[in-house]
Amino acid sequence: MKRLNWQIWAGFILSLVAGLSYPLVFVRWPVTREFPWANLVLFAIALVLLFFGLRRAFKPDKRIVSKIFSSLAAAFGVFMLAALLFVIYVMGAWLPASAGAPQVGQKAPEFTLTDANNKPVTLAQLLTEPINNQPPKGVLLIFYRGYW
Amino acid sequence: MRSFQKNLSKFTEAGIRIVGISVDPPEQTRVYMLQEAGYTFTFLSDPKLEAILRYDLVHAHELASGKDIARPAEFLLDSSGTIRWRMVTENFFIIAQPEQVLEAAKALR
Repeated sequence: MKRLNWQIWAGFILSLVAGLSYPLVFVRWPVTREFPWANLVLFAIALVLLFFGLRRAFKPDKRIVSKIFSSLAAAFGVFMLAALLFVIYVMGAWLPASAGAPQVGQKAPEFTLTDANNKPVTLAQLLTEPINNQPPKGVLLIFYRGYW
Repeated sequence: MRSFQKNLSKFTEAGIRIVGISVDPPEQTRVYMLQEAGYTFTFLSDPKLEAILRYDLVHAHELASGKDIARPAEFLLDSSGTIRWRMVTENFFIIAQPEQVLEAAKALR
């Protein structure tokens, strides 16, 4: 009687979930984004399942079709893991070094830029204009990529 | 940046003004950041990369936009304009958290 090689199927589906759940779910929280441990745990389970499924498919009595399919499924699992690590650690690091960015203890360079109402605003203004009727204790500058 | 908007009242309480800076022109900021996304803090436009260049934060020929834009970075200044805390991330997936900045802001008087 032919029995389903459930390990291969489960490993295949789990590696798909392990890869896609990073951009769809786990990227939202710093604790699962900065180091993708949740995805790595899923991948570890997926790869164990794929390993046992592969071993089962390569027993002598199994058909060539199941050998091919299980090999493809295992390759897919490894590919998904590699793709996730590539996105996080290679593409994630595609940033300029910014070695000349001002350091802690230095004076922040002055600037005059326009606000959302096309009004010119200087850093000196930002540092002195009151918040809640009191002089500000500080200013947080957030440089961001924007919509272009 | 969404997390900073969510914690804006804590920053206001601490006397910290939040200012976002990008190459986006003011019209675009009004539509996308203020109207659609609902941000309420100050936004400044730097389409000519004046401040972005002075802070050495230019991401030249950025892949997705094909333009020169700002790379993510955060600076906390005290009222004299001295930098007291900064984060110039080396990875897009590691970004500044409001809690970190609020912690650093406790030292400001």
